Amino acid sequence: MIHVENLTRYYDDFCAVDGIHLNVQKGEILGLLGPNGAGKTTTLRMLTGYLQPSAGQIRVKDFTIGPDTLEIKKRIGYLPESAPLYHDMIVYDYLNYVADIRELNNEKKQFRIHELAQLCALSTVMHKTIGELSKGFKQRVGLAHALMNDPEILVLDEPTSGLDPNQIVEIREIIRKIGREKTIILSTHILSEAEATCDRIAIIHQGKIVADGSTQSIKQSAGRERTIYITLDNADFASVRQQLEAVGGIVRIEKLAPSDANFLDIKLSVSSDADIRKDIYQIIRQADWLLLEFHQETQTLEHIFRELTLEN
Amino acid sequence: MRPVIHIFKREFSAYMVSPVAYIVISVFLIITGWFFFATFFLQNQASLRNFFSLLPLVFSFIVPAITMRLLSEEFSVGSYETLLTLPVTFSDVILGKFLAATGFTAVMLAPTLLYPLTVSALGTLDWGPVLGGYIGALLLGASFSAIGLLASSLTRNQIIAFIVGTAICFSLCLIDKMLFFLPQSLLGFFEYLGADFHFQNIAKGILDTRDILYFISVGFIGLYGAHLAMQEKC
Repeated sequence: MIHVENLTRYYDDFCAVDGIHLNVQKGEILGLLGPNGAGKTTTLRMLTGYLQPSAGQIRVKDFTIGPDTLEIKKRIGYLPESAPLYHDMIVYDYLNYVADIRELNNEKKQFRIHELAQLCALSTVMHKTIGELSKGFKQRVGLAHALMNDPEILVLDEPTSGLDPNQIVEIREIIRKIGREKTIILSTHILSEAEATCDRIAIIHQGKIVADGSTQSIKQSAGRERTIYITLDNADFASVRQQLEAVGGIVRIEKLAPSDANFLDIKLSVSSDADIRKDIYQIIRQADWLLLEFHQETQTLEHIFRELTLEN
Repeated sequence: MRPVIHIFKREFSAYMVSPVAYIVISVFLIITGWFFFATFFLQNQASLRNFFSLLPLVFSFIVPAITMRLLSEEFSVGSYETLLTLPVTFSDVILGKFLAATGFTAVMLAPTLLYPLTVSALGTLDWGPVLGGYIGALLLGASFSAIGLLASSLTRNQIIAFIVGTAICFSLCLIDKMLFFLPQSLLGFFEYLGADFHFQNIAKGILDTRDILYFISVGFIGLYGAHLAMQEKC
């Protein structure tokens, strides 16, 4: 559906997007993740034909940005960050205007506006000026604007930024509802949101894609290292270490500064795929130490995100 | 080309619902009405020449006030991005907005049609120059709208857009009045650049292609400049 090759964009000397390659399949929901200033918005703006790429190529279906920008614009619905709309217009007039520009005919226009008012829960504010609306409603008007001509591709730039938790859930539900039939690209810096709504995630950092795949595969490729924390009483570090070294798969055994001087806090770094918690527990039971705490941490998306995008 | 119509409609209705528009119209009518009728009865002539001789100067600050928000506001609110990601071209946007501003100038001019009616009731009015004057006024309004749109495309600050627009329009009006220090050989050229010079020709009731061509050129340069400024932004 969308093929992006070597996409690059400079603002004067500053390179905002640096040679991005990206393929989006039909019906996929792709989440662009990245810290502020990573190049997410610039990428989306080039995809929607608002900015010209400095180098590289974008193809949407059989059209190329540049010669066929107008055709691509007809097929993409775009909601820019924080939904900048005409503040002095009434919601209904605005949707009417968008429908006109999108070349919907009169009958279809009324039907579609009504339909979108239902979908985005706008019925109660249809006759208010956009400037008077709360942020959540503005965002929903923006979403209705993007959905007007039932586009094949929907591009949303931080659709939930600045909304309260209830509104976030509402917008997310709308996105998921739409996403069943459409290709959606959305940018966000809320990781849980990307995990909840997207089929695939691309992490952008300093204008480059540093990870691309489903949440599962990103977690796997980031390494299978797990960490096990144990708190023991009635044990000394030297003997614990000696006993645990017998278990295969433990890379490192560290003693942590104890919260209570009597207890022994240990951190085990585990590399193997096999679950060795049973083995460890067996050793602890045989040695007659008192087990107070025992838990395992796997890599979370937050971890990976921080690792990939932290400035050196 | 169809988006032009919808953009025109939106911009024009945005003018008509905004209180600022009515303030601008009021100011325009008060200024022209006062300066025209203040000396009208002293001169004791049934002609609108005084009204038309004043028009270029009044237009050179009223029209930029009308056009200043056209693009600057879109830049500062951010709706420019929403607009340009709809299936429209730069030309659609520029033409739609230009036509809306020109249309609004015409609306602003409409109440002054009462002046020739009043005057014709008081004496015998020569309608030729009046007709010429109104055609000239529309051409002048259109070309100044294009200049104002260009000024608006250069900045996100409406005040700056207004000042730049006024400065250009004012210079075009006054350029042929400041020729006394120039050598004889350059006079013709600089006189030709003056908007007032061409406007007064038309307002005499003479429709000369040179004058019409002048306004079309100024309008085209303004619109093309705005097009370049928009291209520069993407």
